[in-house]
Amino acid sequence: MTVFEQIAMGVLVLCSVLCIYRIAKGPSAPDRTVAIDILGTLIVGFCCVMAVKTGREYYMNIAIAWALISFVGTLALAKYLEGRSYDA
Amino acid sequence: MPELAYWLIGIGLAFDVFGCVGLVRLPDVYNRAQAATKCVTLGTCVILAGVATAGFGGAVWPMGVKAILCAAFILLTSPVAAHAICRGAYLSGVPLTDRSVADDFAPRAQDIRGEHQAAELQRAEHEETQAS
Repeated sequence: MTVFEQIAMGVLVLCSVLCIYRIAKGPSAPDRTVAIDILGTLIVGFCCVMAVKTGREYYMNIAIAWALISFVGTLALAKYLEGRSYDA
Repeated sequence: MPELAYWLIGIGLAFDVFGCVGLVRLPDVYNRAQAATKCVTLGTCVILAGVATAGFGGAVWPMGVKAILCAAFILLTSPVAAHAICRGAYLSGVPLTDRSVADDFAPRAQDIRGEHQAAELQRAEHEETQAS
């Protein structure tokens, strides 16, 4: 079933393009931070599809590590936003 | 790979698409954060459930265990991250959309800003006494 995995990859690329549009356009810094967080979660989805496509389980190690590091990065960005005035 | 895995991965991808459309179409940060976080978290967890089904069904059991672990991490961390971003956005003064009908965080946010200013004043005084 390679067609299924190709369609799944295409759908995830579409989602990433929507996120990158929001990162590029986003009127304020929190918009971009939300979009970066969502992009991190989508990358976990990419890792899942790659694991199913190739049948190798080390892609799931990448997914776990990416989920945790993305969480820490997002929390750091959120603390940074809190002490900072709105700049459009 | 069992057929259930394909169904689960397909449903998860559909949720991801809806979440990202919400991220692009909704009017302000708070709406975008709630739509995107809920939909993409659930979508990715359903994809991970599909991978776990594929792993256990295809006798690659480490893949299944890791997928369940990863789903647990995402379910725990994603709402916390979205809450922290929205709190930071509100405290840094990003306006709500003009179609909002309620703003229950406003008095508490004033208190928090006052506490921050008091802490900064105290720190400045402390530094002055240290310098002299």
